Amino acid sequence: MNILYDARLDGELPRRDPAEVRADLARHLPDMTLLDREEDMRPFECDGLSVYRALPMLVALPDTLDQVRTLLARCHALGVPVVTRGAGTGLSAGALPLEQGVLLVLSRFARILEIDPEARTARVEPGVRNLAISEAAAPYGLYYAPDPSSQIACSIGGNVAENAGGVHCLKYGLTVHNVIKAEVLTIEGESLTLGSDALDAPGFDLLALFTGSEGMLGVVTEITVKLLPQPETAKVLMASFDDVEKAGLAVGDIIEAGIIPGGLEMMDKLAIQAAEDFVKAGYPVGAEAILLCELDGVEADVDDDCARVRRVLEAAGATEVRQARDEAERALFWAGRKNAFPAVGRMSPDYYCMDGTIPRRALPRVLTGIAELSERYGLRVANVFHAGDGNMHPLILFDANQPGELDVAEALGGEILELCVAVGGTITGEHGVGREKINQMCAQFRPDELATFRAAKAAFDPTELLNPGKNIPTPARCSEFKTIKQAADAPALTANPHG
Amino acid sequence: MATTPTEYPGQDASQPLAERIREAARERTPLRIVGGDTRAFYGRQVQGRPVESETLSTAEHRGITFYDPVELVVSVRAGTPLTELEAALAEHGQMLGFEPPRFGEAGTVGGMIATGLSGPRRPWAGAVRDFVLGIRLINHEGIEQRFGGQVMKNVAGYDLSRLMVGAQGTLGVISEVSLKVVPRPLTTHSLHLDLPLAEARRRLAEWGREPLPISAAAWLDGALHLRLEGGPSSVAATRERIGGDDLDNAFWPALRDHRLDFFTREGARPLWRLSLPHRAPDLGLAEIDDTAMLHDWAGAQRWLRADVDAEALRRACREAGGHATCYGPCPAGIEPFTPLPAALAKYHRNLKAELDPHGIFNPGRLYADL
Repeated sequence: MNILYDARLDGELPRRDPAEVRADLARHLPDMTLLDREEDMRPFECDGLSVYRALPMLVALPDTLDQVRTLLARCHALGVPVVTRGAGTGLSAGALPLEQGVLLVLSRFARILEIDPEARTARVEPGVRNLAISEAAAPYGLYYAPDPSSQIACSIGGNVAENAGGVHCLKYGLTVHNVIKAEVLTIEGESLTLGSDALDAPGFDLLALFTGSEGMLGVVTEITVKLLPQPETAKVLMASFDDVEKAGLAVGDIIEAGIIPGGLEMMDKLAIQAAEDFVKAGYPVGAEAILLCELDGVEADVDDDCARVRRVLEAAGATEVRQARDEAERALFWAGRKNAFPAVGRMSPDYYCMDGTIPRRALPRVLTGIAELSERYGLRVANVFHAGDGNMHPLILFDANQPGELDVAEALGGEILELCVAVGGTITGEHGVGREKINQMCAQFRPDELATFRAAKAAFDPTELLNPGKNIPTPARCSEFKTIKQAADAPALTANPHG
Repeated sequence: MATTPTEYPGQDASQPLAERIREAARERTPLRIVGGDTRAFYGRQVQGRPVESETLSTAEHRGITFYDPVELVVSVRAGTPLTELEAALAEHGQMLGFEPPRFGEAGTVGGMIATGLSGPRRPWAGAVRDFVLGIRLINHEGIEQRFGGQVMKNVAGYDLSRLMVGAQGTLGVISEVSLKVVPRPLTTHSLHLDLPLAEARRRLAEWGREPLPISAAAWLDGALHLRLEGGPSSVAATRERIGGDDLDNAFWPALRDHRLDFFTREGARPLWRLSLPHRAPDLGLAEIDDTAMLHDWAGAQRWLRADVDAEALRRACREAGGHATCYGPCPAGIEPFTPLPAALAKYHRNLKAELDPHGIFNPGRLYADL
């Protein structure tokens, strides 16, 4: 099943003559940058999941809200699909262009409009980088909590579209918990204010509905986020284990002791090795697993909690527990984790990052399952795990230049996600469904549930012009997926069930 | 050590509920959905036109279906009394972080989700919707559907779980919900400081920018009431710094459940809930004086007991960045919830038409046309 838009499975898209669309947009939007030459559009052909590429019909780079509104209204009138893109760092091909569609790039909306230290909010345009918000808030002792690993580059608009997470979610929540208001434009070009500067708004919680909706309900044009006071202190403990399962159980022990760490991360042997080779973070390369546990808050409480967590880790069988001596070592411990993806990337020509979330109690079963799948498919898998909140990032190592190996990696990834669903988890914790996991949606949801998602979509975009083909699969796609799965499951599993 | 989830008593009445819904859909009978029926005062009356509405009770569909304290997750059927859920959590040293109000022993989890009301801890811990992980919903065809799940992070599909919070049952019948739970704080200490409102607000603004363990702040009758929660060290240090007199921790449940004299005293003047940015200035309406106001949520939720011009009040709240809800007794002709701007109202109607095409779920409970 090809990942690119497939009219047979994803539905027919309107076919408009590119020259006519271009002429119409140029007439209505004479001052807007519009790209249509292949070499100009090439940089926009993929997002962070670069194995999937497609050139759009046109790339629009508006500078003003009026241009966005007019662009949407024209695309609506012409029946041209619109894919919205922020910084293009997404990992699920959520911003993968459509050949018959306009790619709406919001990177020029990069102004921080207001930091209000009294209200503890920041009002920003969607193209503002995640980290830039915290940098602008820092002089007031405030910060924006969600911190995806791509926070240097990713935009807040993309964070809202994907409901991005990070390493501090268990304590501080996802994007949905930290955005209080959004200005959006519908496909018809109508303005809506979702949420409010107060703590709630009348009517349905459309802000929650739009957060994580992958640009399929509207286009977010302005975002107000909540800022938190920077914790007085943050300290990190690193525990080594000679057994992955012991590390997994230790996570539960910490939570059971009534402690909610700011960050709680786990890495397996392959990931430890890769990170240590790359960053020299001082990780114990002989260990089967490490846990990084960050405790933040008021100094006195953090010291108490560090002592409690150390006791819990030792009782759980940690072979070594080290507390970062100072801020520099704390940063170094985190650098290993935050660079785990590129570190693994150095061990292999390509890697494929998965994003399932599981109940933590299922961790031993899932790790065993992943090891078995890894062996069966003949590809190595490194495991990086937001252990506190159950969000796993298995990294499948492969070489796209070897014929068929990408297919094998995809098939292995698909099985890992289905395993996550089977233990009561989900196919995506924070990266989104996008195009990448569109088939696995058929494993997680029943046809009638998918129909309810489509009904919600129809309330805002009945002609399905916003990001078609992403997030919610069609019945045709799911029946094809089911047929292929049944055919693959019937005989003994082959290396490439998609064959 | 992974705890085996305890078995809790309960019964699964989802089938009879689904059957009633299918029947209502066939007959186009509007359903008035109730759990303990303790929050009927909140919102509009369910409309029964052209057919008289029937009451659909979820009270028989009850019990905790899953609770694992180590996972910080509980799944509970809609008809479960809130008190029963909170007691089960307390046995494991955990709680609902958003501190939901109770308006009687019979109040249920379903009503808590449908009304979406949170208690004094809300500005610091989050609202009901922030703790919802997943939901089971019986749709207009009488099919029970699952959205979200039992894990902390889940972005598969649209977030229909949170959409149901505060939707007043107008989009479907909530049959079960999964919630994130949190450990109870190690220490709780409450304080009472005699301070004029302006000074209380100034101090709250200052403290708000620091990582202090404040978990509730309410001003009434010339005094700021504060609750500190956290580790013993930080609570003791903050208590030392802030000063004031000790206050009984029981003040907060009384505030949460509207049992304080401010809410119960005689007089039929309507009660208004003003949801405003916490630093919003006084609204400057002539009818309002300080004795008619209770400032909860560090100023973000203000209660007003007064006969006011609803239009003027709503305009003032809108200009301040918030909105006003008539909590009851609501004068004739006054909408309980602030009317929506036209474009937003249109998309509310679209959503209602898509998810409840026969208009059987609590029609009119939130707005006349939903």
